[in-house]
Amino acid sequence: MQTIFDTQSNERFIYHFNPEENSIEMQTKDLEISYGKTLAMQHADIQFKKNTITALIGPSGSGKSTFLRALNRMNDDVATVKGQILYQGVNINQPGIDVYEVRRRIGMVFQRPNPFAKSIYDNVTFALQRRGVHNKKVLDEVVETTLKQAAVWDQVKDSLHKSALSLSGGQAQRVCIARVLAVKPDVLLLDEPASALDPVSTSQLEQTLRELKPNYTIIIVTHNMQQAARLSDYTVFFNLGEAIEYNKTRKIFTRPKIQLTDDYVSGNFG
Amino acid sequence: MNRMQKQSQVAMGLLRAIAGFVVLILAFLIGYIFITGLPNISWKFLTSPAKAFSAGGGIGIQLFNSFYLLILAMLISLPIALGASIYLNEYAKDNWFTSTIRTAIEILSSLPSVVVGLFGFLLFVVQYNFGFSIISGALTLTIFNLPLLTRNIEEALASVADDQRQGGLGLGLSKYETIIHIVVPAALPGIISGIILCSGRVFGEAAALIYTAGQSAPALNFADWNPFNIDSPLSPLRPAETLAVHIWKINSEGIMPDLTKVSSGSAAVLVLAILIFNLSARYIGRKVFEKMTSMD
Repeated sequence: MQTIFDTQSNERFIYHFNPEENSIEMQTKDLEISYGKTLAMQHADIQFKKNTITALIGPSGSGKSTFLRALNRMNDDVATVKGQILYQGVNINQPGIDVYEVRRRIGMVFQRPNPFAKSIYDNVTFALQRRGVHNKKVLDEVVETTLKQAAVWDQVKDSLHKSALSLSGGQAQRVCIARVLAVKPDVLLLDEPASALDPVSTSQLEQTLRELKPNYTIIIVTHNMQQAARLSDYTVFFNLGEAIEYNKTRKIFTRPKIQLTDDYVSGNFG
Repeated sequence: MNRMQKQSQVAMGLLRAIAGFVVLILAFLIGYIFITGLPNISWKFLTSPAKAFSAGGGIGIQLFNSFYLLILAMLISLPIALGASIYLNEYAKDNWFTSTIRTAIEILSSLPSVVVGLFGFLLFVVQYNFGFSIISGALTLTIFNLPLLTRNIEEALASVADDQRQGGLGLGLSKYETIIHIVVPAALPGIISGIILCSGRVFGEAAALIYTAGQSAPALNFADWNPFNIDSPLSPLRPAETLAVHIWKINSEGIMPDLTKVSSGSAAVLVLAILIFNLSARYIGRKVFEKMTSMD
């Protein structure tokens, strides 16, 4: 384990893994994201360890969602992203990279459940069908496996061919997770996935994410600090478009190294 | 009661009166047309051909022409409007080019239909030598219909939440796949309502057709459905007076003895058809939406 203090400023603490001992799934280097002429994110050199849950926290406008959306290039049309985004050692932020393949391997679940106006079955299998998988046996199996992984199988197994728009928020969100799992990603990006859900659905969702952790690398933006503390192994604290502190979640919430982090997690601002 | 409460009550009463007045005019118009027209409608009236000099003529051919022209015009304009609205809503950036397109569509939609009709006359009837024909009429109706249909479909697409698009892209689908397979199906209820509403407008249009589809309804041989024969109902090159044009024509130069009866009967059929279009637009749009969102 090796830690580096940022040399430019003492107000940042970014934890760095030793790559020889840890498997790093994703990493950002010299990342700079801007909307037009406005710089929205800088100084965010973060490594994401394989099969862990990393929470991105910070006040509104701190750039955490912007950062998350850069990781699978969902920001391509709206923002300019400079620097490197390494996925399994390959810089995916360069021309010639198949952005569709990037988004398949680095799946994303959104703030509001957004099932398509199709049946539950078609929601899950749609992307596979577009990729030419039409074997019903294969598709049936994917539907069952992924809905089980997303812990929603028991509730929807008898209504697979009914519209996904009729599901409750919590069920819809887990169908959306199954939909992402169906294309077999390695990384799951979640942008405040529980913000539109009630407490029971939220806790079920968190349990689902814990169960997914052994097989996926999960990065989750959350406004809810208890959620970050309960769920994640590592936490990044963002403020005003910079990563201020990155450390084990336990340390962020008990002994933060930066005063600003302390102020935020103890509710003094945000 | 204080002054503000009183003010609010007076304003509310005034607005109610204005709204009521508008409804009253509409009710009076429709009521008048139905009361004078509906008694003249019979199965024979709806199916038999018109007579120029004697009583007892019907509107069969005109009715068929109206629907045939409507279907042709929709077949031509729907793909164009769909493409244009997808481009404008999904791809177009906010720049001078797209704002020019939007302005053009607005101007086109505010053109008086008689101007569109004369344009169609000069271009299709005279220049392209299509004559007074179904095809000239359908192409002219397309010009008349395109701006509104494009607008309606664009609005339906715009009402689809952005997170549907994000969801598609987030699964590694291309933008095109996302639009065609996710956004357009989600907008379907709105698109269908838009198409039906436009159908009502096209169905009742007269001025654009007088000089393009013509003012005569030659006898048709309903046993012959080969579009290449000139007396076939499907022939695109035959002249085709529609119901709306028929009403205009018999009122300006009709000489049959039962003129008023034919005229008010035709008007009632026309208004009834448009009412059905409008009501079914809502109904079908809602049904499709329910079917897409329901559990069973």
